[in-house]
Amino acid sequence: MTAPRLHADDVTLAYDQRVISRGLSAEIPDGSFTVIVGPNACGKSTLLRSFSRLLKPSAGRVVLDGKAIDRYKPKEVARTIGLLPQTSVAPEGITVADLVARGRYPHQNFLRQWSTADEAAVWAAMEATNVQSLATRQLDELSGGQRQRVWVAMALAQETPILLLDEPTTYLDIAHQIDLLDLFAHLHREGNTIVAVLHDLNHAARYATHLVVMKDGEVVTTGAPRDIVTAELVGDVFGLSCLVIDDPVSHTPLVIPKSGQWQD
Amino acid sequence: MSAVAQRELVVCGALALAIVLLAVVALGTGDYPLSVVEVARAMFATDGGFDTTIVLEWRLPRVLVALVFGAALALSGAIFQSVTRNPLGSPDIIGFATGSYTGALIVLTLVGDSYVSTAVGAVGGGLVTAAVVYLLAYRRGMQGFRLIIVGIAVTAILHSVNTWLLLRAQVEVAMAASIWGAGSISLVGWDEALPAFAVLAVLAATVIVLARGMRQLELGDDAAKAHGLRVEPARLALLVVGVALIAVVTASSGPIAFVALAAPQIATRLTKSAGLPLVASALTGAFLLLAADFVAQHLLPSAVPVGMVTVVIGGLYLIGLLIGQARKPL
Repeated sequence: MTAPRLHADDVTLAYDQRVISRGLSAEIPDGSFTVIVGPNACGKSTLLRSFSRLLKPSAGRVVLDGKAIDRYKPKEVARTIGLLPQTSVAPEGITVADLVARGRYPHQNFLRQWSTADEAAVWAAMEATNVQSLATRQLDELSGGQRQRVWVAMALAQETPILLLDEPTTYLDIAHQIDLLDLFAHLHREGNTIVAVLHDLNHAARYATHLVVMKDGEVVTTGAPRDIVTAELVGDVFGLSCLVIDDPVSHTPLVIPKSGQWQD
Repeated sequence: MSAVAQRELVVCGALALAIVLLAVVALGTGDYPLSVVEVARAMFATDGGFDTTIVLEWRLPRVLVALVFGAALALSGAIFQSVTRNPLGSPDIIGFATGSYTGALIVLTLVGDSYVSTAVGAVGGGLVTAAVVYLLAYRRGMQGFRLIIVGIAVTAILHSVNTWLLLRAQVEVAMAASIWGAGSISLVGWDEALPAFAVLAVLAATVIVLARGMRQLELGDDAAKAHGLRVEPARLALLVVGVALIAVVTASSGPIAFVALAAPQIATRLTKSAGLPLVASALTGAFLLLAADFVAQHLLPSAVPVGMVTVVIGGLYLIGLLIGQARKPL
């Protein structure tokens, strides 16, 4: 078996002196919808940041297509790996189309600033996220759900085969969360490799083809949700006593908490 | 072309027209008034005689200096406000103008009064201040808010240093320094203006190259990095150019407040653009400084340095800005 396009080899991840993970290895299977889950502060966003080159490992290396990711030119990586950051800021008054167009930066340079390929990519991205009718609207006027779709469109406009999503559904209501996850599942079926950090274990179990379960900066286990999500694992990792049943709709594991007055 | 870009184009055209009109009026105003036709004839006729001397030799340098310096100050302000994401993140607020004054004062007291040494002192003072502020504010990357706070603190320290230097200086030196410190473009002739113009042109060209990175930085560091921008080098390059722009102007004219602070914000409101519009800011700055110099020269009972006019308008503007910010929910 050959190594997947994107993997982390024995990396140590730290902010200044604060070490989050030591000797961590993780793989992103090609063409997978990988979801990284784990309790708060387990280092899942940190791992995603290292995959997206936002955090340079203090030891070990993140490998893209057989070469350490920091040996590429930044724009080269940006044409292969897109990222939806946890927080983004938009300049006041920017329109949806203008914002999405800024995702084309890695495909442009000083001499070739705007091309028909850029135009096409921007429209395709807005179509995929269903925001094309909002193209001339200002971002400030939109609802939270619409705004998040626009940010996704900006990442899609980058036209990268790998897309990283850092807690993309946080702060959205349940309908918008599902809406967005359906969109990611669609992008996955279209052939993109998706890597997301999610908080909701049931969402993760439903949408992921590959789970990476983390605790205290280490990978506890990986695999298809159906194979690995058990009451024992949830108890181990989250310290939550629960029942895992078959989701009657998607036939994926469904975690039912048994805490508080329902404890047995 | 989008509606926003169209609006920006229209606003820029209107600003350019206003600048030309104001420039013609300024060229015709003075102890020896000239009509619009006379100004035009003096500009383009080969044998304009005395009128040509007045317009081309006496008045044109000052008008051009006002326009170019105003544009440079505004560009510098736009860069700083974009990088710090704050309308208060202007080089005159965060200490570079004060640092230039300190540099000039040190040179004036130690070396003596000459245009070149003052200019070198001012540029050096501005750059050293900028470096100190940047290093003090740098912590795992640069955050705009910290840059402003550190800048304000450094400004306060430098103000007292400046006062101390003035008190220790000989009376004539202190006089010369105070005149320089008021910010005036009346003493800048062709000989001083042309080298400054050349340097500013190079800097403006650099801004055009860096502008695309600036637009990425507006999206936040994470998004900019994810798009393949080398964030810290790009930001440092922008800050260096921003400092250089204001340092060159300050070296020639002394500190001129308000233009860097206000022009980008006025231009943003006029164009309703996303992010700070660079061309419109430059044009607004050019117009503002020319207008302020016109007021300083002709509309006040006795002529004063243009820096005094901009400081008064700037103070009022700053109060308005602070009130507006205080009302805005965080």
